[in-house]
Amino acid sequence: MNRDKVIKVRNLVKKFGSFVANDNLSFDVYEGEIFGFLGANGAGKTTAIRILTGLSEPTSGEVMVAGFDARRQPEEIKKNIGYMCQKFSLYEDLTIRENIMLYGGIYGLDRNTIRERTGQLLDKLRFSEYGDRLISSLPLGVKQKLAFAVAVFHKPKIVFLDEPTGGVDPLTRRQFWEMIYETASGGITVFVTTHYMDEAEYCDRVSIMNEGRIEALDTPAELKRLYNAATVEEVFVKIARPGANSKKENADNNRIV
Amino acid sequence: MPKAIESSGICKSFGDTKALNDITFNINEGEIFGFIGPDGAGKTTLFRIITTLLLPDSGSMTILGLDSTVGYKKLRENMGYMPGRFSLYLDLTVEENLNFYASVFGTTVKKNFELISDIYSHIEPFRTRPAGKLSGGMKQKLALSCALIHRPRLLVLDEPTTGVDAVSRTEFWALLRKLKQYGITIVVSTPYMDEAMRCDRVALIQDGQMLSIDSPQNVRDGFSRKLFSARAGDKYRLLLALRDYPGTLSVYPFGDSIHLTLSEEKPGRQLSEYLSEKGINDATIVETEAGIEDRFLELMGMDEIKNP
Repeated sequence: MNRDKVIKVRNLVKKFGSFVANDNLSFDVYEGEIFGFLGANGAGKTTAIRILTGLSEPTSGEVMVAGFDARRQPEEIKKNIGYMCQKFSLYEDLTIRENIMLYGGIYGLDRNTIRERTGQLLDKLRFSEYGDRLISSLPLGVKQKLAFAVAVFHKPKIVFLDEPTGGVDPLTRRQFWEMIYETASGGITVFVTTHYMDEAEYCDRVSIMNEGRIEALDTPAELKRLYNAATVEEVFVKIARPGANSKKENADNNRIV
Repeated sequence: MPKAIESSGICKSFGDTKALNDITFNINEGEIFGFIGPDGAGKTTLFRIITTLLLPDSGSMTILGLDSTVGYKKLRENMGYMPGRFSLYLDLTVEENLNFYASVFGTTVKKNFELISDIYSHIEPFRTRPAGKLSGGMKQKLALSCALIHRPRLLVLDEPTTGVDAVSRTEFWALLRKLKQYGITIVVSTPYMDEAMRCDRVALIQDGQMLSIDSPQNVRDGFSRKLFSARAGDKYRLLLALRDYPGTLSVYPFGDSIHLTLSEEKPGRQLSEYLSEKGINDATIVETEAGIEDRFLELMGMDEIKNP
């Protein structure tokens, strides 16, 4: 691929005491790509995302995000990425418009730009009449779509979505993925985690982590071919439970504390 | 078939919010019954009524042959409840939590150990660890053990698999299958539609209303039109093109393909010519079987909205 690398990771290691949460990760993510970051609970995904978003320092290895070094320039990374997660996204006691103003201001956009883009955003989401409603009064699905729109409001190079569709209805889930497609086709890289295995199929490429390592990374079609599986879910099971016996699970339990 | 739960016309409001609206269903003894719906559908409110922790505004519920509002003391002895939020004592050890729950129900761990031995074996190596220091998967297994330790006839599990990875979810459902063999009726809720297939029967619930109650297969078979699956190299472009096609009734991205219903009998020359005009020459469209989510969307009334 000749496209620009928006994320470049080489030999990333993160330790907490003697526990190795990220064990020598190396991978690239390209401009405009939808990159699925999968793994079992406790596989080390959250640790890696915290490093990629400049919130945690790697123990060793090289991590470049949006052209900045995660160890030396974490603040520059934060300015050039967007982030949303399932648990917290917007301030419940502010209106839609106030939330957008706040985020736009934090990312250093000027008043005119914020006003202009707010109008566009509300039009596009068909929320124009809701602009002055409190976030707390909105249904979950609306909130999540809005949170995503706010996360890319400052036009970052890359947006991190941590389980963005947890608990939403099937219609919203599909609308959300259309927003992801649209964002990626506009050149913004989308880095997404999910527990919905069908959503892995929407991604351009998927990585699957297990016990701190990236065990597989390829297009969904190629992964299915390599692992002789009908779905990404089957691939996931083969990687997360090789041998699939209870002994293995006990070993996992020993490790994940 | 004897009923574990008979619910008729249950309504519950919180202020102006109608959390449950005319909820009527029966659950047979010994079946695994799933309530499937997104956050905010009313699942937890309904489960709090089933577990006698909340009174409905109107309607009646008979559980294990007893009126739930009158016989609640007796019912609680026969019911195991695992709430959505982890609710055990964080500063008690695994063992202490289990002993505590057993003693509250006037029994001992030893007496009913057979029922939980399979599940408990996964956490036994950590029996002296405080519950607050367990991983998510282990907390889940401890909570299930505590909900079962008095050998309930009815087990109520509120979103036991939310936030849990796909592999662990599969394993959890295998545990429930084993419990079913002891004759326990299992009522479970989940926002993951793919889990519907693991239940004997399911109720689809949205905005406090029942959309459908049936076996998962019958729910799927309820899909009323021919469903097609479309693929192309550029999926997003194909999606936008299909949305603008005059013969399209509904179109949604679905995993690695796009699900489509048409006003015409089947995709013909007109559609392929239309796609060619749009510069899409690699599209394949084949008939496919509807899944639970297709039917859910149809029941939500969103199946004919081309431009959501």
